[in-house]
Amino acid sequence: MTEAKHIELSPEAMMEVGRIISHYPADKQKSALLPVLHIAQKEFGGWLSSESMDYVARLLHIHPIEVYEVATFYSMFNTKPVGKVLIEVCQTGPCCLNGAEKIVSYLEKKLQIKVGETTRDGMFTLKTVECLGACGYAPMFQIGETFYEHLTEEKVDNILLEMRNKNS
Amino acid sequence: MPKVTIDDITIEVPAGTTILEAARQIGVNVPPAMCYYSKLKGSGGKCRVCLVKVTKGSDKDPRPMPKLVASCRTTVMDGMEVRNVTSPEVIEARRGVVEFLLVNHPLDCPICDQAGECHLQDLSYDHGLSKSRYDFERRTFERIDIGDKIQLHMNRCILCYRCTQVAEQLTPERKHGVLYRGEVSEISTFIATAVDNEFSGNMIDVCPVGALTDKTFRFKSRVWFTKPMYAHRNCPTCSGKVALWYQGEEVLRVTSRKDKWGESEGFICNECRFDKKNTSDWTIEGPAPVDRHSVISQNHYELPYELPVNQKKLSN
Amino acid sequence: MGRKLLLENLDKPEINTIDGYIKYGGYRALEKALKSMTPDEVTEEVKKSGLRGRGGAGFPTGMKWSFLDKSTDKPRYLLCNADESEPGTFKDRLLMEKIPHLLVEGMIVSSYALGCRTSYIYIRGEYMFILRILEKAIAEAYAKGYLGQNILGTGYSLDLHVHPGAGAYICGEETALIESLEGKRGNPRIKPPFPAIAGLYNCPTIVNNVESIAAVVPIVNNGGEDYAKIGIGKSTGTKLISASGNINKPGVYEIELGVSVEEFIYSDEYCGGIANGLDIKACVPGGSSVPILPKDLLFKQSDGSPRLMTYESLSEGGFATGSMLGSGGFIVFDEKACIVRNTWNFARFYHHESCGQCSPCREGTGWMERVLHNIEYGHGKMEDIDLLWDIQRKIEGNTICPLGDAAAWPVAAAIRHFRHEFEYHVKYPHRVFDADHVYQPEMKMQTV
Ligand SMILES: Cc1cc2nc3c(=O)[nH]c(=O)nc-3n(C[C@H](O)[C@H](O)[C@H](O)COP(=O)(O)O)c2cc1C
Ligand code: SF4
Ligand code: FES
Repeated sequence: MTEAKHIELSPEAMMEVGRIISHYPADKQKSALLPVLHIAQKEFGGWLSSESMDYVARLLHIHPIEVYEVATFYSMFNTKPVGKVLIEVCQTGPCCLNGAEKIVSYLEKKLQIKVGETTRDGMFTLKTVECLGACGYAPMFQIGETFYEHLTEEKVDNILLEMRNKNS
Repeated sequence: MPKVTIDDITIEVPAGTTILEAARQIGVNVPPAMCYYSKLKGSGGKCRVCLVKVTKGSDKDPRPMPKLVASCRTTVMDGMEVRNVTSPEVIEARRGVVEFLLVNHPLDCPICDQAGECHLQDLSYDHGLSKSRYDFERRTFERIDIGDKIQLHMNRCILCYRCTQVAEQLTPERKHGVLYRGEVSEISTFIATAVDNEFSGNMIDVCPVGALTDKTFRFKSRVWFTKPMYAHRNCPTCSGKVALWYQGEEVLRVTSRKDKWGESEGFICNECRFDKKNTSDWTIEGPAPVDRHSVISQNHYELPYELPVNQKKLSN
Repeated sequence: MGRKLLLENLDKPEINTIDGYIKYGGYRALEKALKSMTPDEVTEEVKKSGLRGRGGAGFPTGMKWSFLDKSTDKPRYLLCNADESEPGTFKDRLLMEKIPHLLVEGMIVSSYALGCRTSYIYIRGEYMFILRILEKAIAEAYAKGYLGQNILGTGYSLDLHVHPGAGAYICGEETALIESLEGKRGNPRIKPPFPAIAGLYNCPTIVNNVESIAAVVPIVNNGGEDYAKIGIGKSTGTKLISASGNINKPGVYEIELGVSVEEFIYSDEYCGGIANGLDIKACVPGGSSVPILPKDLLFKQSDGSPRLMTYESLSEGGFATGSMLGSGGFIVFDEKACIVRNTWNFARFYHHESCGQCSPCREGTGWMERVLHNIEYGHGKMEDIDLLWDIQRKIEGNTICPLGDAAAWPVAAAIRHFRHEFEYHVKYPHRVFDADHVYQPEMKMQTV
């Protein structure tokens, strides 16, 4: 058995959960599932283990399977561990016309990983995603809540450096 | 009561009846159904094999419907006119849907327990192409174990959602569901859990293909070597009305009774299904009616016991 | 310069704050509607304006509102569709990011017209930073008494919340959006019933795009007739166009409907022409789902008159020679762009985004992607082109929701107009790998 890790949201996060639940009719707590999963994922290291999903199920008084079904449907939820910095590069049409593929290969070279992999030090995970709504500012990627647009190799270097410093 | 005309046959049905149910009442040229199940709320609309063409919406609004519609989820309107087998467009679309259902299907009928009573098999005989145009590796899933009674073979699943509806509507807590999305959607429990409660066995009966089969029957026989007999017992949990599947004198399998459309006539409990496999547990009523087209009717067999007199006529 | 109704004050300082917004005339529509108009009068103005849904389908907004079932005493809901995930579309983002109060005001006025007590803005999860901007704007509006109980003493009360999605294009489809808002998988519902009768929590519900709701503000301010004066025929008012691809000035432009396609692409006010001095090859005028048009069909209708940026003109000729205005995601391809590669790219998108409920879309989108991948990477056969045609034809019209059509149309149009490029790929596999084709993304959906 793995060590029984105690899973609980921080008090601030719990406040936020309470606020979110209040947005929906009293018997419709399940509506809060997506926003609460976002919070849980952020608090629990960027991904959702089955334990954290069970915890969310208890918070919202729903069955665990209802959480698993949802968490696996949406591409923003990671059901496997990811690096500290998740880089999500848009690879859809308009970005592709403006060099997204070059940015992806540059990142692969620079980080020495392939799309879908995490660097050995656990720092970066590289993922390609579909259109992020930045087609006019291509190429771009998203890290956390931030969009980085009009990317060049030089810009990418700087962002990686900044991220590495911020997260070590 | 609204009147609807399907392939030139007119029938009057209660308001709220679907085109598919109306067609079943007419009884000929009924659209096939892989996901719809009249006893499960919210079922249907997904597989698209029951698509039909509505050439006239109703007397009030005679415009044809712009697209083919799922007959299982479209209610009839007074004066509606529908084309099923008389529409080349419908036949063509259905053929397409069957092809889609087959592109990733393992076609492992020779080793599948469902063979012989598989709705996908029937469907592909009726509508399939003889050769697959799909040139790629077929999708496979990792095997997961959902307990000692039910075998899940995700590779064969057509995502009809019926088993999740059974779990939702018949059992206290649904433990399995549809995970992931799109092409890689799968029926799963996500974490290893047994799907086991009084009524979970009905998932096997509603599954149109061999994705959910009875572990207690696995590889024991081919269904066409077994003979279904209707039987009942006094069951505290369910109606106790079942079909026993005999080979020789041995009961290999217990299922609910299926109607003409392949649906359970009444759901049964797991005790009846898995734990009562002696003829002595049951009062035998007689041979189950077997559809003439079914492979099961190919086999003539010796009855394992004496029939009640009034039933003898039937079986001759 | 055309008139601007939505982005007029885009560059004004502090337009993102409530005070800045008010300074430039904000919340006048709210005062006007709540204090001097009945809900039906608001709806009437929207009808008169001729406003058509800006989310893609172009359905008249006023008419949609009139379908809302008002005969029950169930709550009614207005949901703003800010899922914006159609490739090539990024207009709602600009509007919400820069002028969030325009959407908030539009939501209040529209909710008033529809008699809603609670409304939600469903925003795609990737726009979390915009969710925070909107929440701040909403908090400001509550503080000013524009939201909450008894708004401005009028007796009308409304709560407005923002709800994040979590990465699923399909949640832009209105019934999938509703499912998602209920905390479920984004599986589109089987219709009927339509949301206007049974939507969120089984209650009467209207779903409208961000831009449609924002447009209600100028419509109430200036009257529906004034709005209808802009544009041509049934394409009234202004429209936000997201321009991207191989052009000099990608970005979001507010146009008066009726500008010619040629002017839109070449004038300096808009796209500023094709980048790098190249010629144009093709254009997808309304987001990835609509048919691609080659240069020779793009600028002229079949009668020889100029093709205009209107619902009617862009679709003139049907799919044989036309396309659609869609969501206004205007993607331009220069002469060097590879149509096969782009078609494969879009096919991959739909494959990735199919919810998987219905068989033609679940199985067909992946199949098309694989065949296209083969062709693009030099493993194609001539019969693959006909096979593709056949697959898309069997998806189109046979699915639960329009995502199936959206996956089929781009493939069909690419083959219809650029068959020679597909054949070229098959005939000269080694020649198609130009320097740009550098990496080979995973075929399987990534579940990192
Ligand atoms: C697959 C799919 C994705 C869609 N995505 C969006 C979207 O991101 N934003 C949007 O406003 N409408 C989207 N729509 C259209 C909506 O279903 C709906 O028609 C629209 O929100 C209605 O608003 P409107 O009448 O104001 O345009 C999508 C439709 C489909 C079928
Ligand atoms: S068409 Fe595709 S996205 Fe729409 S319901 Fe069917 S499978 Fe889901
Ligand atoms: S039986 Fe109607 S869609 Fe499956």
